[in-house]
Amino acid sequence: MINEIISMNGYGVYVWSAFSFTLISFTSLYFVTKLQLSKEQKRFASKFGSLDVDKTKAARLQNINREILSNTSNI
Amino acid sequence: MFKSFEPNKIFVVTSKAPKYVLLLFIVVLTIGLTEALVISPEDYKQSHVVRIMYVHVPAAWISLGIFSSLALLSVGSFVFKNKNFSLIAKSLAPSGFVFNIIALVTGSIWGKPTWGTWWAWDARITSMLILALFYGMYLLAWRIYENQEQVIRITSLIAILGAVNIPIIKFSVDWWNTLHQPASINILTTNVAIHSSMLIPLGLMTASFALFSLLIFLMKYNTELIKVKNKGLDRL
Repeated sequence: MINEIISMNGYGVYVWSAFSFTLISFTSLYFVTKLQLSKEQKRFASKFGSLDVDKTKAARLQNINREILSNTSNI
Repeated sequence: MFKSFEPNKIFVVTSKAPKYVLLLFIVVLTIGLTEALVISPEDYKQSHVVRIMYVHVPAAWISLGIFSSLALLSVGSFVFKNKNFSLIAKSLAPSGFVFNIIALVTGSIWGKPTWGTWWAWDARITSMLILALFYGMYLLAWRIYENQEQVIRITSLIAILGAVNIPIIKFSVDWWNTLHQPASINILTTNVAIHSSMLIPLGLMTASFALFSLLIFLMKYNTELIKVKNKGLDRL
């Protein structure tokens, strides 16, 4: 049964390489995208941390800023 | 009209959704792979090599769907002067490009045992390659141009021009003599020439690919929104 699934009547090399290419492409795209997101979140957190008190207050008024900061710890 | 879709309002949803979409994607992909590689029957003519269809066809469908969305969003951004449309389009493009490459590579792998060649300048394959070039130009334009007004204009133009190729890809198998078989599934007429034992894995794999493109879109869209906010912090 296992041998049959692997060899697929001699077509295994084509079928498995097509599926492998797809899954490798998915994994690469996922990690590249995640890395870019994580980089921007870190940049945002560091910029936010360097603001003075008044500017921090003004920036915190926006929901989206609070949301980005709360998500930075989840990455 | 588009107030409820403002980035500030939808970020709350788009920042939390990826983990649930990822979980759902893994579940659907696992079931789809089991169906595609183990449960579905081999074809009486092509034998097991027909299983490549379960990655090739969904990848081609989704890359076409995403490029059509890019064109519609570009028209929307011109008509409604809404920058969020171009931000959505920019976030959709990377997964569309990867799906296009997957369709070309898996098609090439499928071509060797069935047609005896890795590549042929066949109408369908060539028009898919042209689509990949349009995707490449679209993504490259976002990297090259720094002026936002200019980049939105150029990328919109690329997407709208590239959309002319979409019906050519769709009808290439009817208009020219090609190595490709005609469409086995027609959404408009609900004509299906595939047995349910093959249609189920095809549907599952399409659903999992769609979930993956949604996942990448959400992550990319969040990245773009944070980039905008980073620029906002610089101005404070």
